Amino acid sequence: MIKRDIFSKSWWKYLCIIFLTYTVIAGFLMPVPALEILHETIRNLYFHVCMWFSMMFILTVSLVYSLKYLNKPNEDYDIIASQSSYTGLMFGVLGLATGSLWARYTWGAWWTNDPKLNGAAIALLSYFAYVVLRNAMDDEQKRARISAVYNIFAYAMMMVFIMIYPRLKEVDSLHPGNGGNPGFNQYDLDSHMRLVFYPAVIGWLLLCSWIASINIRTERIKRHLANQ
Amino acid sequence: MRKIRFISIVMFLLCSVFMQAQPVSNPPVEMADGMRSDGKIYVVVGVLVIILFGVFAYLMSIDRKVSRIEKNIEELSKK
Repeated sequence: MIKRDIFSKSWWKYLCIIFLTYTVIAGFLMPVPALEILHETIRNLYFHVCMWFSMMFILTVSLVYSLKYLNKPNEDYDIIASQSSYTGLMFGVLGLATGSLWARYTWGAWWTNDPKLNGAAIALLSYFAYVVLRNAMDDEQKRARISAVYNIFAYAMMMVFIMIYPRLKEVDSLHPGNGGNPGFNQYDLDSHMRLVFYPAVIGWLLLCSWIASINIRTERIKRHLANQ
Repeated sequence: MRKIRFISIVMFLLCSVFMQAQPVSNPPVEMADGMRSDGKIYVVVGVLVIILFGVFAYLMSIDRKVSRIEKNIEELSKK
């Protein structure tokens, strides 16, 4: 029997459509603070930053299900953990690509030696290693257990290299809120931007979950058919 | 023959002179042209909304396809 849960429900998918449509329309038309260098590219906050938020959200889901799997080896936990991290990897790649374009026209180069950029690249590589690790093993239970353990390590790497290391005062970072820089919220995430930014975050998180849910459901069908 | 050619060339030249002599200060015609205002940013918004709706429609169709397969498998397992 195929499991049917919140992933097959549709109400939150309509919510996603509403939030993201609002994000695109208001994101381009609402006033933003006029800042040097950034100009209109400050609107990227509604898109580029949301890619990373979605990635971290879905990778946290993946971690939780990996921990649940280690606590109680249920095949469905492994499906949710693996498909969530695949989706998170996709959003991470989008985050890198959009950030690279943004950097070209504000910092002057496609790639800088910013600790957050290199950290994000390392974090993504550790998740690519997760995919390779999973594909390298045929035995299902062994694969589930070892990749769950590795997932904890990959998540820790991601947190250290994206959230902690760039924030140290000792490193030089161009990102707001990093390397001793003031954060966006302190001076230019004004009330107009908040009106768009928060719904944008919710909308992109929901889109990310939607894509992950389709991956999870197809994987369930695949395993169900393989088990018969 | 040469004369005709000469006259026609002169006529064309005169034409162009007269054309330039015409006042070009026509006032811009006001039309309901919201899509062209503010640096045509509304066109970009429109394009993105279309792309977004395309992606949503596609995701929904995949979603429905998966639901149908789930139902099919359930019916098969009942038999």
